[in-house]
Amino acid sequence: MDRNQLQRQVALMRSSLIEQVPNPSLPSLKLLVGYLDEQQFLQLEDLQDDVNPNFVEEIVTLFYKDSARLFHNIEQALKSRPVDFAKLDNYMHQFRGSTSSIGAIKVKNECNQFKEFCLAGNAEGCARAFQKVKQEHETLRTQLETYFKLRRQAGLAETV
Amino acid sequence: MGMAAEDQFHVLAVDDSIIDRKLIETLLKISSYQVTAVDSGSKALEFLGLHEEDEQSDANIPSVSPSNHHQVLEVNLIITDYCMPGMTGYDLLRKIKESKSLKDIPVVIMSSENEPSRINRCLEDGAQEFFLKPVQLSDVNKLRPHLLKGSSKGNQHTINKTDEATMEQENQSTERQRNILYHDLEVVQLEFDNL
Repeated sequence: MDRNQLQRQVALMRSSLIEQVPNPSLPSLKLLVGYLDEQQFLQLEDLQDDVNPNFVEEIVTLFYKDSARLFHNIEQALKSRPVDFAKLDNYMHQFRGSTSSIGAIKVKNECNQFKEFCLAGNAEGCARAFQKVKQEHETLRTQLETYFKLRRQAGLAETV
Repeated sequence: MGMAAEDQFHVLAVDDSIIDRKLIETLLKISSYQVTAVDSGSKALEFLGLHEEDEQSDANIPSVSPSNHHQVLEVNLIITDYCMPGMTGYDLLRKIKESKSLKDIPVVIMSSENEPSRINRCLEDGAQEFFLKPVQLSDVNKLRPHLLKGSSKGNQHTINKTDEATMEQENQSTERQRNILYHDLEVVQLEFDNL
């Protein structure tokens, strides 16, 4: 695949990640429907320049590293008896903030579900909601990894 | 020396989230600010040279205690997250406004919660702006007037004494440049009128 084609693929994938409508020209990729908030993700991409060519990938990497820490805390809090809902809410609030900053709307929506159960003091509901959070989180990771790989191949990123 | 650094405004960013710190740092740097980012209110106060014991202003005690830290940069603006463990952004705002040495530094609060009572309280207690997260470049663009206002009044806070004479010279040359610019604009206007 030549460079132009790669760049076109990158653009298509990006719009797929953002838009609510599945893109039929990318049958090989899983349907990427509305994973990312358009405004926020594009804002992040706009911050990339010659000085900072991989900003989005860097911040996403940071996000996944930090969420591992928060997930661990949430898991511990869910296991403890009695369940400390204030703590759970606090951890999830932190995580939700990060999802908002990178524009991960699907993950953020699952966080909102979690919050509902937390406020209701429903530990089982929290645990189920947390599974969904983790699922969406993982799915997004895969999509983003592919996206960044394509970018690199298309020569849109600085090779380290 | 270090004149190039003096041309840039220096912003102290405070946020316990590592992602948000990176984001605000990038937004500020892109807008040509010098940035120091810390992860807590207490670290912010430490950086500003204010220790918790010094918050009471006493005429006999120097308002900035010469601490053993090595920071020599002046801080022109503080931008802080609201929700932080320990000292909240609001607590930090209060401490800064109550401090004789720091009260004139403009403070901006950021928060993911759109709570009118929270926003009003911060603004009433001295915050210049309140940004909803995620912070955008358009928000950061709103900072400049607050910084320019501060500098023309000479209200920059210096942690270690800088060369005031040199600063005065710089202010004058900026004045001169501005006057030249206005003069040129007038000339252009006249030419235009004469067409």
